Amino acid sequence: MKATKHIKTLNNANLKDSAAKGGCGECQASCQSACKTSCTVANQKCEK
Amino acid sequence: MIHKYQLNGYNICLDVHSGAVHVLDDIAYDVLDYCSEDMQEKAPEKMLTELSEKYDREELEETYEALYELYTAGQLFSKDDYEQFADLMTKAPIKSMCINVSHDCNLRCEYCFAAKGDFGQGRCLMSLDTAKKAIDFIIANSGTRHNLEVDFFGGEPLMNFEVVKQTVEYARSIEKQHNKNFRFTITTNGLLLDDEKIDFINREMHNVVLSLDGRKEVNDKLRVTPNGKGCYDIIVPKYQKLVSKRGDKDYYIRGTFTTFSKDFTADVMHMKELGFEQLSIEPVVSDPKLDYSIKENDLPTVFKEYERLAKTLIEMRKKGEFFNFFHFMIDLDQGPCAIKRLRGCGCGNEYVAVTPQGDIYPCHQFVGEEQWKMGNLNDGTFNQDMKLRFAKANVYSKSNCRNCWAKFYCSGGCNANNFQYEGDILKSHKVGCELEKKRLECAIMIKAALADYNTEQSTDCDSGDCFAECC
Ligand code: SF4
Ligand code: SF4
Ligand code: SF4
Repeated sequence: MKATKHIKTLNNANLKDSAAKGGCGECQASCQSACKTSCTVANQKCEK
Repeated sequence: MIHKYQLNGYNICLDVHSGAVHVLDDIAYDVLDYCSEDMQEKAPEKMLTELSEKYDREELEETYEALYELYTAGQLFSKDDYEQFADLMTKAPIKSMCINVSHDCNLRCEYCFAAKGDFGQGRCLMSLDTAKKAIDFIIANSGTRHNLEVDFFGGEPLMNFEVVKQTVEYARSIEKQHNKNFRFTITTNGLLLDDEKIDFINREMHNVVLSLDGRKEVNDKLRVTPNGKGCYDIIVPKYQKLVSKRGDKDYYIRGTFTTFSKDFTADVMHMKELGFEQLSIEPVVSDPKLDYSIKENDLPTVFKEYERLAKTLIEMRKKGEFFNFFHFMIDLDQGPCAIKRLRGCGCGNEYVAVTPQGDIYPCHQFVGEEQWKMGNLNDGTFNQDMKLRFAKANVYSKSNCRNCWAKFYCSGGCNANNFQYEGDILKSHKVGCELEKKRLECAIMIKAALADYNTEQSTDCDSGDCFAECC
């Protein structure tokens, strides 16, 4: 976490790096629907 | 692109394409309105003039400078350069399967999307032979993927428990030779759970989803047996037993809220009081004409309730009490890669569902929709063109999603709901989107609040959701 007087940044913004290294597909499928083992994609674990 | 909003006293800005989350003070939040994709180093005169009544000029300049620094660091108004990965978002082997071992159910829940268990196709159970073919199919179509997920679903899968057991046994007996690792899950309404089944599930199932809507009167209003009786008293003790014996393996208690239970925070708290910690309650998705459905005009109330739940969760964590609400879980740092996030749910491409007759559908929600049948396990047919069509249904091919701030967290929503309610798998389902976005706003706000609390407690740790006893 990085904080200055006016702004506190909660995370290391790393989405772009993750794209370059990602996409292997080993992680769980991410059904978004209400009726199932539904999982918001953002809380899934990367298997790499 | 950014998304800025105020919630529970926090001014929050999500920088969409980098994933950065900033919590701002009031002045920075106001100055942000004068920043854009082509920010200049010098503070805009317009901003200095227009905000001069509210804030001191020097302070405005200083704040602008801090925002500009984030901009140059790629954490504010960062560019969308993900389209180059569009290819990676499409072709993929099949790695997940939903096996509908039972198109029959021992409950008659009012809101069941499976037409009270039989998907409108008549009640029947899957044979072991078909289930084995399903396992062979996923192995054969999974390419080099090592981890394969199989979910036993229905109807009520425990009505065909022998087949579940023998299918697991079969898959385990051949996984090594194919260099695969099966992860099984099961979704059950709990009625048929007994010691044998509990032990089997706790041993073999990577995850188990236990359906319960919360408070007895809420659960029993819609989750009823064929003779109209509620099931709460039968299932709750069984779930408690299962969970107490489960160790640290995954499970969750999953409920549905309807327009009759828009005060669902009480249901979540009730689940917690019953001793469960992994909780999920999700909005019913149904035809707006049905009396229990969540309609557009319910949204303001539901939004308030999500806020209430978020605040409750924060308060409880501060007191050292723990529960997870599935839809508020978000990993701002180590979540899945951007490709995975943009690829979508995978239905019809990485994920398929099979029926007792051996029919293959894009996912469990398409089952019974004749036009979406992809093939059959018995005659070996599988429509690759349809697979490709679904492969292409990623965030960048959905016009609403492409420019939506939530795209990295929602993955483009549910194709099946899109088709059912908007008539097109690529057209996002509005009520679903609004709910998703609200949940995300709450989830991010929770991170902000917990980070705040951790700072107040002046621990060195910056993990937003850890309340380990040790620190
Ligand atoms: S396992 Fe990790 S890198 Fe691979 S697709 Fe999933 S999130 Fe991306
Ligand atoms: S489905 Fe809706 S909320 Fe999700 S990314 Fe698309 S437009 Fe946004
Ligand atoms: S289409 Fe909907 S129900 Fe089917 S897998 Fe995707 S998110 Fe889940």
